[in-house]
Amino acid sequence: MSQTVQDRPAGNEQGAAAPPPPTTRLTLGRAINEAMRRALEDDPKVLLMGEDIGALGGVFRVTDGLQKDFGEDRVVDTPLAESGIVGTAIGLALRGYRPVCEIQFDGFIFPAYDQITTQLAKLHNRSRGRLELPVVIRVPSGGGIGAVEHHSESPETLFAHTAGLRVVAPSNPQDAYTMLREAIASPDPVLFFEPKARYWDKAEVDLARVATAGSAASLGTARVVRRGSDVTLVTYGAATHVTLAAAEAAAAEGTSVEVVDLRAISPLDTATVVESVRRTGRCVVVHEALTFLGPGAEVAARVTEECFYALEAPVLRVGGFHAPYPVAKLEHDFLPSVDRILEAVDRTLAF
Amino acid sequence: MNHQDGTQAAHEPGGEEMIQLLTPEGRRTAEGPSAPYAERVAHLDHAALRGLYRDMVLVRRFDDEATALQRQGELGLFPQCLGQEAAQVGSGRALAPQDYVFPSYREHGVAHTRGLDLAQILLQFRGVDHGGWDTEAHNFHLYTLVIGSHTLHATGYAMGVQRDGLVGTGDPERDTAVVAYFGDGSTAQGDVNEALVFAATTNAPVVFFCQNNQWAISEPTSRQSRVPLFHRGRGFGVPSVRVDGNDVLASYAVTAEALERARSGGGPTFVEAYTYRMGAHTTSDDPTRYRSRAQEQEWRERDPIDRLRRHLEAEGAWDESWASDLDAEADAFGERLRAYVRAIEAPPASSMFDTVYASEHGTVTADREWHAQYEAGFADADGDAEIATQGGAR
Repeated sequence: MSQTVQDRPAGNEQGAAAPPPPTTRLTLGRAINEAMRRALEDDPKVLLMGEDIGALGGVFRVTDGLQKDFGEDRVVDTPLAESGIVGTAIGLALRGYRPVCEIQFDGFIFPAYDQITTQLAKLHNRSRGRLELPVVIRVPSGGGIGAVEHHSESPETLFAHTAGLRVVAPSNPQDAYTMLREAIASPDPVLFFEPKARYWDKAEVDLARVATAGSAASLGTARVVRRGSDVTLVTYGAATHVTLAAAEAAAAEGTSVEVVDLRAISPLDTATVVESVRRTGRCVVVHEALTFLGPGAEVAARVTEECFYALEAPVLRVGGFHAPYPVAKLEHDFLPSVDRILEAVDRTLAF
Repeated sequence: MNHQDGTQAAHEPGGEEMIQLLTPEGRRTAEGPSAPYAERVAHLDHAALRGLYRDMVLVRRFDDEATALQRQGELGLFPQCLGQEAAQVGSGRALAPQDYVFPSYREHGVAHTRGLDLAQILLQFRGVDHGGWDTEAHNFHLYTLVIGSHTLHATGYAMGVQRDGLVGTGDPERDTAVVAYFGDGSTAQGDVNEALVFAATTNAPVVFFCQNNQWAISEPTSRQSRVPLFHRGRGFGVPSVRVDGNDVLASYAVTAEALERARSGGGPTFVEAYTYRMGAHTTSDDPTRYRSRAQEQEWRERDPIDRLRRHLEAEGAWDESWASDLDAEADAFGERLRAYVRAIEAPPASSMFDTVYASEHGTVTADREWHAQYEAGFADADGDAEIATQGGAR
């Protein structure tokens, strides 16, 4: 599947003749680890905070080895209190530090919700721009790993609905690496949703591909990751893998599917989606978050407003049902699957 | 049902356990556990005592003027610190310039000691700014309205001070402490408890300065705790002390000790300043619905400003011409506040987009552009508004 992923930013396609940059084969989790390691090396103000991120290396081992190399003051095992993690990270940021917090699982972020939405998101604005809050909150997110309750959720919408936060979700090792470097460099707070089911996906990663200093522009850009002409599938994060699989299956049936990886839902790169849908005339949004008032609802509204005369069918959505994330034995009935995505593709084509 | 069995007593004045250096009658005292604190105020001469008095008088004038301005419709809301001047001025004057303060929203007295022009506080209550001052210029953070949230910010900031190597150097101009001001109601919040956990386990140089003014809007302290609030700190392994918050000298001394502990590497301290909110919670509140006139009268008799005045008089440090100069200064201050507030204009609507993010964010940019176009439409003399008909611009 990875060969169908167009890793390059759209503007860099002319470099076909240039030799490929040296890359390293890394899992997505390792790519995140490498991003943090290099950020810690480059900037003494960067520090990591979270539960069990030290000797254990985090419950997913994403911070493996970092405390050993950077010490307990820079890779901080915190008390078991999420509001405390984010609240003290805010204080550290006010003192000039760049904290990268790990929330152990998506469903455990809510004790910190108050700090994130009433303080972290608003302090830059409250201070009329005098204060900056360069805090990254990493959240292993999404389902598909057979976990118990609270360990498989996709709460990104709740944060995207708060102005002042950037909300991003990489889908592959290269983006995980590059976007985390960008998130740490960002002067704004970033919610960084990691597709935990894909931590073990491997791909070639160009470790030199990092943001230019102070620029977070690419943090908010979507990318066409598969070219097609009949239908545009819009997705991000954990759902990207299954969406690309569905596109492959559709191709086998003769349907040419374009896939847009949003990479961020705040800001939402409407322009890339609109450009695609104006060509294909059809749009299906896929994500693990609940369909109801989810990111797909916003995409549908934008596409309807801006592509109204180009649309051949209403925008359809494939997402989580309006139910608490189900027990592990039912999660594959809840999550977007190749079959559910193809069913939506068929519906939009039949319109 | 009486929830208060055995809990109300916990919130009565602490007797022997409460540090006091000035009796309500204005006499010096230093009994029992208060004795070691006397030396911490021994250097305060008459001029310094008059300085503390002046601080409290000006802060009270600020309270009075701001309250009047709210009644006149010039401010939307105002929370007085009436009655808490000694706790705030005493603790604030113990701070070093490099120390950093995280206030709640009633810390006008502390703001004054940090050199902040109190007029700037009124921008927030005029409804033209969510903050209103340069925090770095005064080492005084913005007011935090969500109860207790800032105690975590103070703790994190103190963890940063530790990492900066500015604890325990022995250099009084470098060693740095952080103070979080909060109230009795805040002690029930999870964030305050988490802040105590983080501060205790990291030995952060932070002072938790709790003003127990006995009322969280309408709820007495017995609704928050069945033990004296300063016992809370002890539960976290944090040295804790209760001080008479209407005694400016004791407030100064206790804070000085806590700051010294923090700066020297001794870690956090919890201070309960036992005081009384003589005014309403805010100008929207009505205390007659939940507390007695008798109680208010009892505390009026313990007014912290009167207490210091009695002391100055007893010490022969009261000077009528100085006092009348101070009255004139307060009058001029009040006049300046009134003129300042009335002249404050609302910011342009477009400013709401200016500082949502520190870096470009497409959604905000689109909203800003749409709004500018919308506004420009009204400016068109022909009424020929060119508003994007596709909401897609947004």
